[in-house]
Amino acid sequence: MINLVYNEMLKIVRKKRLFIIAAIVAVLVSLFTYAQFKQVETIRERIGTTDWRTQLQQQIIDTQNRLNSTGISEEWKKFLKIRLQQQQYYLDNDINPMAPGAPTFMRMFIENSIELFLPLLVMVIAADLVSSEASGGTIKLLLTRPVKRWKILMSKYIAMILSTSFIVFSVAVLSYAISGIVFGYGGWNLPLLTGFSIQGEELNTTGVHLIPQWKYLLIEFGLAFFVSLVVGTLTFMLSVLLRSTAAVMGIMLAALISGAILSSMVSSWESAKYLFMVNLRLTSYVSGMAPPIDGMTLSFSMTVLAIWALVALIISFYVFTKRDVY
Amino acid sequence: MEETLVVQNVKKTIGKKEIIKGLSFSLKKGEVFGFLGPNGAGKTTTIRMLVGLIKPTSGKIFVCGYDLQKQFTKAIQHIGCIVENPELYPYLSGWENLEHFARMLPSISTTRIQEVVELVGLQNRIHDLVRTYSLGMRQRLGIAQALLGKPTVLILDEPTNGLDPVGIREMRQFIRTLAEQEQLTVLVSSHLLSEIQLMCDRVAIMSKGEIIRIDTVEHLLKEQARTYWNVHPIHIAKQILKNETTVLGEKDDFIVTVYESNEVIARCNARLIEAGVSVSSIERKLPTLEDLFIELTGGETID
Repeated sequence: MINLVYNEMLKIVRKKRLFIIAAIVAVLVSLFTYAQFKQVETIRERIGTTDWRTQLQQQIIDTQNRLNSTGISEEWKKFLKIRLQQQQYYLDNDINPMAPGAPTFMRMFIENSIELFLPLLVMVIAADLVSSEASGGTIKLLLTRPVKRWKILMSKYIAMILSTSFIVFSVAVLSYAISGIVFGYGGWNLPLLTGFSIQGEELNTTGVHLIPQWKYLLIEFGLAFFVSLVVGTLTFMLSVLLRSTAAVMGIMLAALISGAILSSMVSSWESAKYLFMVNLRLTSYVSGMAPPIDGMTLSFSMTVLAIWALVALIISFYVFTKRDVY
Repeated sequence: MEETLVVQNVKKTIGKKEIIKGLSFSLKKGEVFGFLGPNGAGKTTTIRMLVGLIKPTSGKIFVCGYDLQKQFTKAIQHIGCIVENPELYPYLSGWENLEHFARMLPSISTTRIQEVVELVGLQNRIHDLVRTYSLGMRQRLGIAQALLGKPTVLILDEPTNGLDPVGIREMRQFIRTLAEQEQLTVLVSSHLLSEIQLMCDRVAIMSKGEIIRIDTVEHLLKEQARTYWNVHPIHIAKQILKNETTVLGEKDDFIVTVYESNEVIARCNARLIEAGVSVSSIERKLPTLEDLFIELTGGETID
């Protein structure tokens, strides 16, 4: 099995796929770093370079005033207290919340790439894993070895998982390394708010608490890895079913893009929440953004994605082991 | 002689159409066996079933005693094959391709890879990318790949397809050597009659999913051999020959009769001369497989 996986990885590496993906990530990260840098600069110009401390102090006083005023609910009070804690931390540790370090950039980058960019990169690898062997005719050589068919497919699936890990890992490393040049490498312990939940129209803040940024990042990258695996598995299935890599990419691309569009317009079509593509933005649940459809939660989305992936995997293996190869 | 590949009443139905209508044959060690038939006769489908790419609808295939369906890995280990074109990974070198396939076989050493490379004569270019290979070189690399696991049965689908005349002759000699010296069973398919005639010991003639004849090449040809008489005047000669042998007809200036032994021919010749017929030539001719094929299939043309 190790030999088989080695073979698959060799083919992926020799096709220069991983290298190209790393290059794409590097270019995009540089681009976004520059954009972010420009943004920070304009904000700085507007409020002045040294003013952020006084401004933050003003915010703290505001929050304290609101805390002391009567007529606010216990729940809201608790939220404000946590808010205060966070603002105090920024001030005590001399961190400008408007000009964060590389870890904050990483967070922003992964949150924005989990839905489309990351799945696209995974798709590039997974789309031709099986279909290229079929269209190139090499599948005939693979399947006439003394190796059972499910083992051959398994080795390809493992290679897909390894490549996905590589992609997520290189996104993390490159976004940290490149943006750090501009923003500095500090900020791992920045406290962040999490634990929001949305109930109906209201933001429920009962579960809100502070966690350090490194933990926050770990959770978000974990979720991004999960999403990438699901997208990879779905692409893998299409790659088994179709001979043409272009067709696989086309279908997957259409699905991913339609997901991005649907998310913004399906709030009244409730059963759309069972589609995998509207469930990809898992990081939104962590940062407390409203889900596209009422009643969607982190565990709901993860379950939907897991079921899609599982079904895809079963179909892939069934078809691959039973199929006549022409 | 030891039987290495046994096929028992193999059928394949796709949809409602029966593509292969019950094939049975067995191959012996050290023989070159030819599959001959026009395109669409079911040669490639049959070969794909023999190497496990397609599952037969019914029937059994045994390789060295192992059932291909039930003991796939054990059975396929004894088979080396090229199905249609030798498609290898163009972005890897020849050597890397061989290493890739060696990793899928139980314990193949570097020396073995070296051995097959020398056997097919690719030493000089083996470390170049396959993308840069000519078709002939790819074909040879394909054979190297097939021989890697020391198979008992070598299955080659149209092995001379796309090769130049020199390449075709080399391939033919190479296949004969493998059968004679290494005692391999070689199964080749072709739609070229001349190929099979020169390369094979036995031949199965396929048409429309059936084997219509299996025999040794020599025997098949002999059965269809003819004697051509160049004589004058024809009408007198014909009368005389009719008494001695079976006259099949006239062709140009020749009288065509069945293949006869030396004695019969000598006697006929004596009679003709007695009757004052001038005999300018008596010739025994083997038919080409082309004529044979047309005769056996009842006029179905090749290609």
